Order: sequence, then C-alpha cells, then structure tokens
Amino acid sequence: MQIDWIHFSPWSALLGGALLGLASGLLALLAGKIAGISGILGGLLSSQSSKEVTWRAFFLLGLLLTPLLWLAFKTPAEIQISASTPVIILAGLLVGIGTRLGNGCTSGHGVCGLSRFSIRSLAAVTSFMGAGFITVLMTRHLF
Amino acid sequence: MLKLIALLSGLLFSLGLIISGMVNPAKVIGFLDLAGQWDPSLGFVMAGAIAAATPFFFWAKRRKSTLLTREAMSLPNSQIIDRPLIAGSILFGIGWGLAGICPGPGIVALAMGEAKAFIFVLAMLIGMFIFTLIPKKS
Repeated sequence: MQIDWIHFSPWSALLGGALLGLASGLLALLAGKIAGISGILGGLLSSQSSKEVTWRAFFLLGLLLTPLLWLAFKTPAEIQISASTPVIILAGLLVGIGTRLGNGCTSGHGVCGLSRFSIRSLAAVTSFMGAGFITVLMTRHLF
Repeated sequence: MLKLIALLSGLLFSLGLIISGMVNPAKVIGFLDLAGQWDPSLGFVMAGAIAAATPFFFWAKRRKSTLLTREAMSLPNSQIIDRPLIAGSILFGIGWGLAGICPGPGIVALAMGEAKAFIFVLAMLIGMFIFTLIPKKS
C-alpha cells in the first residue's frame, strides 16, 4: 500500500465530515429523524403519510440547493467519474436495490449508525466497505 | 418546524459532501483502492462525522421527546443482523465500488450538473422502485 499524498486532504475531509455529522446530529436531536439518504429517497418513493413524505422532500431540497448556491458563487467542485455509462447504470441499480434491502447506506448506517454505536449498522458498514474494497481490487487490478 | 430542520440539515449535509471532497467519485475510489495509490481521506471524513454526531445522538437517546418538534423520540434501535442486511449491504458495496458513487454524493453531483451522476441517480431510483415491487415477508 502506498499513500496518495497528492490527493490526500485530511483537513477538508475532517471539516466536511464534521459538517456531515453536525447535519445528522441536529436532525436526530431536534426532530428525531435519521439523515440516511437512501432511506429518505426510498421513503419518498414508497407511499407513506404526507408528513413523512414532506420532511424528506425538504431534506432533499436542501441537498439539491447547496450545489446550486455553490455554483452561483464558486467554481464547480471537482467531479471525476471514470466508469462507463453501462457500468454507471449497473452500479446505480445495485446501489438502489442494495441500500433498500440493507436498509441504509454510507449516511444512514455509516454516519448515523456508527455514531449511535449500533451493532447492526457496524455489520452493514463492514459488509459494504468490504464489498467496495474487493470490487475496486477486481476492477482496477485483476481484470 | 420539522420542514425547516430537514431543509437546514439537507443544506449542511450537502455542504459537508462538497467540502469533504466526497462528491468526487474519483476520491472515493481512491479510498477503496487499497492496492493502488491509497487516499485515506474518506476515513477522515467518517472520523470527523462520527466525532461530530456522537454527542448529538448520545443526547438524543437520553431524551423522551425530540428537542424542537416535541414528539416522542424514536430513533432506530434494532440490533438484528439478518440476511437482508448483509446481502443488501454487499450489493450496495459492489455498486459503490463500481462507480465510486453512493446516494448522497450522487444527488449532490447531479445538482452540480454532472451528466453521469444524473444517469446514476436515475438508475438508483429505478433500483429502489424495483425493490418496492418485491413482495415482503412479514
């Protein structure tokens, strides 16, 4: 293993991470909701009470508004997606089905779950991190 | 009040994804690529996030009602580790490793105007919709 010192950005990672934690913590403490993106999107798709749909829609609105505000004042954030379109489609389908079946993603199980020391979320994080490591190993180095 | 809190949380969450660099799938792949040039940044993002969120969850768990919306506090407390949890997480991890995109960054990159993120989010929503069609045992 070699550290990629060129791209490694510990301070912005810690600061951005703290903002993610703050956003999740506030939502939980003030309103008792989990800032899990897959759960929020999934909840919007499956019919529920209008109140459950509404808060999710407002969270999603916030998620979409920040990049628009960012673009109004700053240069676009660096985004590089090297995967081809068919791979993107396959990845999207897997992420969609997988996060609903497993009841959470990097935000719900990762940030929120680990922050409340959930053993269930730890099992989920270990599973998707492991699968992610193996997938990148196979696509980048073996095939 | 719930709407306002959700909006604020969404705005902050999105900013966190941009500042941390996690909106960039190349950076996520850089973390998942242990055998190549490894970028530990994602680990620092998680550490920062957990350090910031833990006191809030600790406090929230001790409360009977939510602080502002004044409703019964009901955060998830299941400890069940079952097959759907593990199988779903593995499927998610494979998709995550293939493109370097998870749900949050996908949405944020879409709003930044990234065409491939739009395709990803569309496929992800279709995947979520397919899941709703699978009959549930309960």
